[in-house]
Amino acid sequence: MAVLAEAKPVAGRLDPALLLKEAGAIAGIVFALTIALVGLRTKDVPGGLDIVTRFSDVFAATIVAFCGRLGLILLREGRALPVLLVSLPFALALMALLLYVQLWAPHAGLGHYLPFDSTVVNWCLAIFALILAGRAAWSLWHAASTKSAKEREQTMDRVAVGVQKAATLLGPLLLAFAIVLPFLPFADRRILDIAILVATYIMLGWGLNIVVGLAGLLDLGYVAFYAVGAYSYALLATHFGVSFWICLPFAGIMAAFAGILLGFPVLRLRGDYLAIVTLGFGEMVRIILLNWYKFTNGPDGISGIPRPSFFGLPFTANPPEGTQSFHDFFGLEYAPIDRIIFLYYLILALGLVTNLFTLRIRKLPVGRAWEALREDETACRSLGINPRNTKLTAFAIGAMFGGFGGSFFATRQGFISPESFTFIESAIILAVVVLGGMGSQIGVVFAAILLIGLPEFFRELQQYRMLAFGAAMVTIMIWRPSGLLAHREPTIRLFPKEAARASRK
Amino acid sequence: MSAHVTDKPLLTVEHLTMRFGGLVAIDDVSFQALDREITAIIGPNGAGKTTVFNCLTGFYKPTVGRLTLHHPSKGDFLLERMEGFDIPQHARVARTFQNIRLFPAMSVLENLIVAQHNDLMRASGYTFYGLIGLKGYKRAEERAVDRARHWLDRIGLTKQADWNAGNLSYGDQRRLEIARAMCTQPVLLCLDEPAAGLNPRESADLNKLLLAIREDEGIGVLLIEHHMDVVMGISDHIVVLDYGRKISDGTPEFVRNDTAVIRAYLGEEEEEELPPEVAKDLKPN
Repeated sequence: MAVLAEAKPVAGRLDPALLLKEAGAIAGIVFALTIALVGLRTKDVPGGLDIVTRFSDVFAATIVAFCGRLGLILLREGRALPVLLVSLPFALALMALLLYVQLWAPHAGLGHYLPFDSTVVNWCLAIFALILAGRAAWSLWHAASTKSAKEREQTMDRVAVGVQKAATLLGPLLLAFAIVLPFLPFADRRILDIAILVATYIMLGWGLNIVVGLAGLLDLGYVAFYAVGAYSYALLATHFGVSFWICLPFAGIMAAFAGILLGFPVLRLRGDYLAIVTLGFGEMVRIILLNWYKFTNGPDGISGIPRPSFFGLPFTANPPEGTQSFHDFFGLEYAPIDRIIFLYYLILALGLVTNLFTLRIRKLPVGRAWEALREDETACRSLGINPRNTKLTAFAIGAMFGGFGGSFFATRQGFISPESFTFIESAIILAVVVLGGMGSQIGVVFAAILLIGLPEFFRELQQYRMLAFGAAMVTIMIWRPSGLLAHREPTIRLFPKEAARASRK
Repeated sequence: MSAHVTDKPLLTVEHLTMRFGGLVAIDDVSFQALDREITAIIGPNGAGKTTVFNCLTGFYKPTVGRLTLHHPSKGDFLLERMEGFDIPQHARVARTFQNIRLFPAMSVLENLIVAQHNDLMRASGYTFYGLIGLKGYKRAEERAVDRARHWLDRIGLTKQADWNAGNLSYGDQRRLEIARAMCTQPVLLCLDEPAAGLNPRESADLNKLLLAIREDEGIGVLLIEHHMDVVMGISDHIVVLDYGRKISDGTPEFVRNDTAVIRAYLGEEEEEELPPEVAKDLKPN
């Protein structure tokens, strides 16, 4: 920042050589990185592999990097107008061209004028150009073109506080929306499936939030408890025919035991070391499921897991002799979507239970002890808090909700195998928690919609989903390392009225 | 705390020795601390003062020695045999830290409520009653808030109760840490350099607070401090350590004039010990 402040007074005259040198350096790096990775590509041809060159993309990337950097430098030097004048028309023209080619004339020759072959990359380019234009416009609007990181953080904090305050209103609204969602006209099977998936991750995120957000124990193996819950239900239901509602608490208890089992050896570990051991635990559980063939059916998985019933009324078109199914009982037409709607409400209820439980337990001594433990374990010991028990309860309760989620997963899929419980699942759940802001309940909801919902909607972009996922994480880590909504509201206030008055202002 | 008067001292340290591998941090130290008294432990850097605290509060297990705490109503506790987190809960020994250890992201009030964890835990039926929202827990929490409020009033931080503890000024954080320790309802309060980094005015306020705690609560205070004005101003009894050994023990007046203490702090008069040739070189100056 100090460098920038010094650079400002001399904004009058720019040294073009220096400018070109800096932008050229970036372009050079991009060129060196892409020449082999993008420029050369192996392709299957009859009789072996062939190398295809795509040097046009490499040159396009280099030029884009050069121009982009130049724009950023000019912005930094307080020359926003030329940047705006170039980047805005470029962005608009590119978007217009893209839309035209995609929507009206997919086969016209215009496609050759696009900088890259891939539509997605072109769109990214257009959006980046638009962002650059937006920044330029912003700095023209405000005299100060650069904000220090601290100011930015404070602004974001204010936004977070605002959203959190709005959340008291937004929460019920979102909940109302979630409740009526299946009856909205656009809610078809696909939308409901996505909603169920998002709700599952919200619930898992809330469960993991207890361990990571409240107790501050970085758990990279949360999927292990999810697996324990799923297999508990699957095995009990297929072998003993126990109903879902009896299995659910049992799966939770099994997962809680697994949590305690993991908790004991890692009591003395913190931070990175804890993360590594939990990662190993997650893999251990998956590998046991994979290799204990007699018990878990190994890689073949367990199929034919009973679907949940509506308090004993199954969702089938033709129920077995002497029993009634859901639509018979309520005198409805049979519709396959009924089961989906029921599953949706089931996960919604499970998620709400998790949320209410967490909100409640935060205000109880054990919840406060978790947070205190996250802040300073030594101080906790000096106040007579037993760190062992406190950590174990956090692991057990977090794991219990993972187990509930797991048995829901099993009953929804009807088939489970160790394939479903890989490390990437743990990583996604953790990403939901971290992105949302550790310890923030509403943050988890937003993050799950962002990370799970949006990629599902854009399934067509298959190969770019993970790329966007990574980009989102990197952006968050740069802009807001503590997560989207990391503002923490005290669990108890001495002057609740004053706080309410302050929020009304 | 009841104004229970016993002839037994509150804390008796006998032959306390702490070795870390080959390093002897404390070597056969014995002393006593009484209730309604402020006992200061002083000594040059590295004398083993904080190690004594760590042994008393269960962070270290002493190599040799017996630490007896005489609780006025519960009887004797052998601190060296207890788990670290049991000592504040049962023997009621509370401590603060040389480098402040608050819960910075939690509010000032929450810091004081967390300090009453064990009472609240029992009142919340180990979470079960609390979850279903029974009245008993509500009342216990109100009592806890009252106690916190009492201490906030005493340290003058009532207005900042809902702030994050990490946003308080340094001096306020020091006082809050003392208040937090007091919320555990201790019979012995161990303060590790409470005046470090305070300006003279804050330091004077601290003296008043400590004297008031001694008077009103009737508990014993054990104090590690480098500021001699604090130590000499408020201590009833001073123990001096040097290189892990006790070199003096008595009233401030006694310690102030003790040659062993002066030697430890100011060094010996070394003129005579200089080799003759060095002394000769120095003389012309």
